[in-house]
Amino acid sequence: MLRYVVRRLLHLVPVLLGISFLVFLLVHLVPGDPVRVMLADAGSPEQVERMRHQLGLDRPLHVQYVSFVVRAAQGDFGRSIHTRRPVAHEIGFRIPYTVRMAVAATLVAVAMGVVLGAIAAIHHQSPLDYGTMVVALAGVSLPNFWLGLVLILIFSLYLRWLPPAGADSWLHLILPAITLGTSSSAIIARLTRSSMLEVLRQDYVRTARAKGVGPRRLVYRHALKNAMIPVVSIVGMQFASLLGGAVIVETVFGWPGIGRLAVDAIFTRDIPVIQAVVLVAAVIFVFTNLLVDLLYGLLDPRIRYA
Amino acid sequence: MEAGRSHWAIGLSRIRRNRGAAAGVVIVLFFIAASALAPWLTDDDPLAVQFDQRFAPPSLRHPLGTDSFGRDLLSRVLYGGRLSLSVGLIAIGISDVVGIPLGLITGYRGGRFDDVVMRLVDLWLAFPGLLVAIAIVAVLGPGLQNVMIAIGIGGIPGLVRLVRGNVLSVREQEFVEAARAIGGGDAHVVRVHIFPNVLAPIIVLTTLRLAGAILSGVGLSFLGLGAQPPSPEWGAIVAEGRAYLREAWWVSTLPGVAIFATVMGFNLLGDGLRDAFDPRLR
Repeated sequence: MLRYVVRRLLHLVPVLLGISFLVFLLVHLVPGDPVRVMLADAGSPEQVERMRHQLGLDRPLHVQYVSFVVRAAQGDFGRSIHTRRPVAHEIGFRIPYTVRMAVAATLVAVAMGVVLGAIAAIHHQSPLDYGTMVVALAGVSLPNFWLGLVLILIFSLYLRWLPPAGADSWLHLILPAITLGTSSSAIIARLTRSSMLEVLRQDYVRTARAKGVGPRRLVYRHALKNAMIPVVSIVGMQFASLLGGAVIVETVFGWPGIGRLAVDAIFTRDIPVIQAVVLVAAVIFVFTNLLVDLLYGLLDPRIRYA
Repeated sequence: MEAGRSHWAIGLSRIRRNRGAAAGVVIVLFFIAASALAPWLTDDDPLAVQFDQRFAPPSLRHPLGTDSFGRDLLSRVLYGGRLSLSVGLIAIGISDVVGIPLGLITGYRGGRFDDVVMRLVDLWLAFPGLLVAIAIVAVLGPGLQNVMIAIGIGGIPGLVRLVRGNVLSVREQEFVEAARAIGGGDAHVVRVHIFPNVLAPIIVLTTLRLAGAILSGVGLSFLGLGAQPPSPEWGAIVAEGRAYLREAWWVSTLPGVAIFATVMGFNLLGDGLRDAFDPRLR
């Protein structure tokens, strides 16, 4: 197991280098002169040259990349062009908010998805099954910003149960988590259903049924754990798409996370901030998936770490 | 049981019997027709500002009400459909033009080329999709055209992987070997023998990707990165109404129904196509 973990961590090195290279390239993909774009064509030639030097863009490409990686590995993402403050400070302040929201959304997604998927599978090919699957399809079809606004309208403005914006208490987390988690819950529901149907066809389930185990107990005690194995793998993938979706949901709910930071940075063409957000999100994704793979083995002893 | 009929004929007859797919077709055609026929369905100009008509609630005169500039929302939604649907279509077109040939070539050739391409694809997939689009918009600058490009580029790696996977399973079949044995060149074999056999999953995925691309497009416009005011793009309409949620709930919520229904239509259709053409994926 330990050897497997070490090997997986070593495998991450080229992946992380690749990710950092793509992120590094962003600034060079800006059409025209990135420095002029970032200064919105307003700077004097001296300012442009000074900024080019500050950003290191006057050095050879490979030198720039090496310095980018070395600094990023130490948590130094340079300074924001807009605020002049270190990007790492801003990210460090905001990332707990985004992670909190993404984790809460994941919990919502797993809870709703597994329950709905299990219900659909138990009542396979009944109206309840079809109904649940239509609801799930609706879940992936909902634009999350619109869902958020509708939830604010109902629960904040009309019923006055929950705050419409802000991040001061756990009450503020409820609506964003539901908004962000809904589409993932739909995907998890569909996967849980099909995985559950697969498991219910297996011999050991038939044996249990022959023994006289009731349908409810059959599902919750015998089938659910094995049906969850593929679901665990998709939760990792979903976590990544939640980081992307958080950009929109953070905007809807005035949530001070890194997604909102990225959007604001686009309007000011603050490329270092964008680079940092994208890099951090990708690194979180890579480590989440590693964690999921390791979890896999704990859930399913048939998987060997060879 | 269905001997003597082609894969396509079987699939088509299955779609006709699939109620979800039928509903999807109806919904999708409804919204396409409504946006195409916008000038004949409404006399209101989607951009005409009428301050005396500000925040009129839904009524017979304005079925979806009016916004903060007194613009008729039905007209804005009808004309906006043209923009939001085109964003999806063009974005998918961009990823298809690059992704399908690349997937075909890398799957067919295999070897080192395939190794390199798939490494890049895996790397790319480590970035959350919407963030890739946002990064590309950050580089190119906001605007509807750049949003199409961003979503299109963002969709390439997933498509390459799907096409390649299907090519791998077709490549080893006897009819491909036979085609090669009688002297078919690589380009010929890929075009005539492999491509038609991977087309069904591509069509299924394209329908589902359209739903996703439309959602990403309206999402980016909602953030202000795509269509700019006074454009009636769907995401932009919802964003504009956001500030008036308390006074005029209809400005954001009713146009959002159009987004939801259209995306649901494509998803129903895509699901139906998948069931019809590839029951294994169910």
